[in-house]
Amino acid sequence: MKALFGIAGMLAFALAGATVPADAQQPKRGGTLNFAISAETPNYDCHGSETYATLHFSAPFYSTLVRFNLKKFPDVEGDLASSWTIAPDLMTYTFKLHQNVRFHDGTTLTSTDVKATYDRMRNPPKGVVSPRQATFADIGTIETPDAQTVVFRMKAVNASMIEHFASPWNCIYSAKDIAADPNAPRNKINGTGPFVFGEHVKGSHVTGQRNDNYFKKGLPYLDGFRGVFTLQAAAMLNAVQGGQLLGEFRGISPAERDRLVGAMGDKIRIEESSWTLNLLVAFNVEKKPFDDPRVRRALLMAIDRWGGSAGLSKISTMRSVGGLIRPGSPMATPPEELVKLPGYAKDMTAARAQARKLLQDAGVPNLKFVLHNRNLAQPYTPAGIFLVDQWRQIGVTADHKQFDTAPYIAAMNAGNHEVAIDFSNLFMDDSTLALAKYLSHDRSPQNLSRAIDRELDKLYDDHVRERDIEKRKAMIRAFERRVFEQAYQQPILWWHRIVPTHRIVMGWDMSPSHNLGAQLEGVWLNQ
Amino acid sequence: MLRYTLQRLLMVIPTLLGVAVLVFFMLRVVPGDVIEVKLRGDGGTVSQEVIDAERKRFGLDKPLIYQFGDYMYGLAKLDLGISLWTERPVTEEISLRLALSLQVAIMATIFAVLLAIPLGTMAALMRGTWVDYVVRIVTIGGLSIPSFWFGMLIMMALLYYYNWLPPITFTPIHVDPVANLTQLIWPAMAVGYRYCAVVARMIRSSLLEVLNEDYIRTARAKGVFENKVISRHALRNALLPAITVIGIEFAFLIGGLVVTEQVFNLNGIGKLFVQSVSRSDFTLIQGMVMMLAVAYIFVNLIVDLLYAVFDPRIRYGT
Repeated sequence: MKALFGIAGMLAFALAGATVPADAQQPKRGGTLNFAISAETPNYDCHGSETYATLHFSAPFYSTLVRFNLKKFPDVEGDLASSWTIAPDLMTYTFKLHQNVRFHDGTTLTSTDVKATYDRMRNPPKGVVSPRQATFADIGTIETPDAQTVVFRMKAVNASMIEHFASPWNCIYSAKDIAADPNAPRNKINGTGPFVFGEHVKGSHVTGQRNDNYFKKGLPYLDGFRGVFTLQAAAMLNAVQGGQLLGEFRGISPAERDRLVGAMGDKIRIEESSWTLNLLVAFNVEKKPFDDPRVRRALLMAIDRWGGSAGLSKISTMRSVGGLIRPGSPMATPPEELVKLPGYAKDMTAARAQARKLLQDAGVPNLKFVLHNRNLAQPYTPAGIFLVDQWRQIGVTADHKQFDTAPYIAAMNAGNHEVAIDFSNLFMDDSTLALAKYLSHDRSPQNLSRAIDRELDKLYDDHVRERDIEKRKAMIRAFERRVFEQAYQQPILWWHRIVPTHRIVMGWDMSPSHNLGAQLEGVWLNQ
Repeated sequence: MLRYTLQRLLMVIPTLLGVAVLVFFMLRVVPGDVIEVKLRGDGGTVSQEVIDAERKRFGLDKPLIYQFGDYMYGLAKLDLGISLWTERPVTEEISLRLALSLQVAIMATIFAVLLAIPLGTMAALMRGTWVDYVVRIVTIGGLSIPSFWFGMLIMMALLYYYNWLPPITFTPIHVDPVANLTQLIWPAMAVGYRYCAVVARMIRSSLLEVLNEDYIRTARAKGVFENKVISRHALRNALLPAITVIGIEFAFLIGGLVVTEQVFNLNGIGKLFVQSVSRSDFTLIQGMVMMLAVAYIFVNLIVDLLYAVFDPRIRYGT
């Protein structure tokens, strides 16, 4: 009898095993995906925004020319482009567009729409905000030889241009819409994306319905989606636990993850990745004694990043020790090289002794200053407390002051801070994006150290034009070494992304950036 | 009465003017503005030229006195301006959330008053008995427990025991009354408990005071039935201070449910307040403060007029 039960059990297991993967691979059509968006976009214009809140809202309604393939990140794949060629000298990019692509208002997409979109980003008309103007400054002309072909001719080589074309912010707009009103995309959605705009109830939610005329046949799988604005983490967690929301695609903290796993067990899926975000510490070189590189270097050397990583990763979204490029990504500095750079030593006793000596040599052995920080619990507060403690160990007193976002940014832009905790928010690992924050302040206002360093600027410009990967990598290392030796700014730790989704949510791809993968075209519900 | 009401209504103008001036200039003391938060708050790399152009578009580059003039001119036309964050009219932003906040305030008031009057009366009439002690424990609990924490307990209990939570998005009552009430009954209970405790304690203490008055003794001596003594003579007078409390609490609930709305993810005025402050959306903050000032003024006026209804000795304007 026991043997009979055993065989029956094995048979049942085998059947289950045979059906479950089949279910997992065969997408089902239908259903509405309810998910959390933990911030609300001020308007719908992808081009004028730099917040994920706009993408999690608008991306399902739009297409881009090309995009990142999240299954093989950072490879680039076509979206509206069915194919493309890049001239060997990197001076011409030719894109062929899919046929019969229609905007949601029924008009047909042509190369003119792509040209109008990129013209709007690189030469914004009066009243249009485009933070991407500098990114596309290397584009000389955009030609449209026929309705399905777009040719970008460059003024100068930019070795990362194809990655910039894949930016999720480059939503393709209708040429006629932006000709009628250049700011129309702020309040009106007319894209070619997998979902058609439903409603936006301010402060509450956004909805989209399946675009039955979507140019990728069979997609999307969902009937629709509802993105609910949940500004308070506890409310979001309750809603995920209660099944009202099936996921949150930005990222949650380890404590929040543990709560969901503890309460929901195997009903929740947790996906984790290193994140293209880091918190960094910036010293204002216009304020004494931070104009002295010895002082800045001493303060960096006192920070035990490796020990901090072990502790902070349990209580905050910070985790990985890294240089200027996301650790683990192809161009990142490996740990064995990183430990040789100022601020990354593992022997903290020796590093702190050296830091004390540097402070004494600089004449500020009992340094006191204000650490300017943002008033957000995750992960700014733990980062601030961590730094205060690290500096206390070399006899430095930091007065930790946290401010709401507006005064926090205003004080830093005005150069009123002494030492600040800043952050770097990227959507890819490309060095042209990651290093830009460290350029001279007159070229890069987001450089909060306010340092002017023409050697860094030259290294950056040379690396942008360099097509040989190994030479480019060497230039990135040289740039990084220079930044850390001069100790203007330095990442404290890189963030760790944790995304919870209900088990029934399938087809969503995890990536190192919360700005990617918001289109939802391949997502389906296994119910 | 009519003359008194008109006088009070006229007093609204200087009061609102004072509020407008104070709010406008106090907000400008805080460094930073909405443009920086919008374009640089999430790590944006926009240039200073873009920031300056946006400031110009919204008139934030003008001298403060000109901005104030524009604001007062708008107010004179009952135009609260546009939200600097969403670029939509402030009145539209407020009215979207007002229906929800008003409904929660009304439901909480009904819940509180329906419970507080019998509880307060019983506690006063049975002073020193176990009933009084139970009511006192319940009401002290209501005063001590913050509404948002009680709300969190309600949510956790619903989740733990029933694996269920109320709807997360608002449905107007005329569209689907069941969905509407299913969502709002819980926050109304959470804030109504504290509200009920305040009113019940007020009724208990004022009823105890009234019950010792000569006219109560006289009524009893005349042989009036005890229930009539309580309902017609004692309770009617004891309700006067409670009405003031009910009015103030009601006005507070319209904009004061800041944390409770976050706990229940309600799209109300309190949540909008938090958002607009964190974004430095000055025009929206100004609009909401004006709206709340108007609410307080009118609730106070209604309370004063109700005094005359409950106490015939009070006659305004005579």
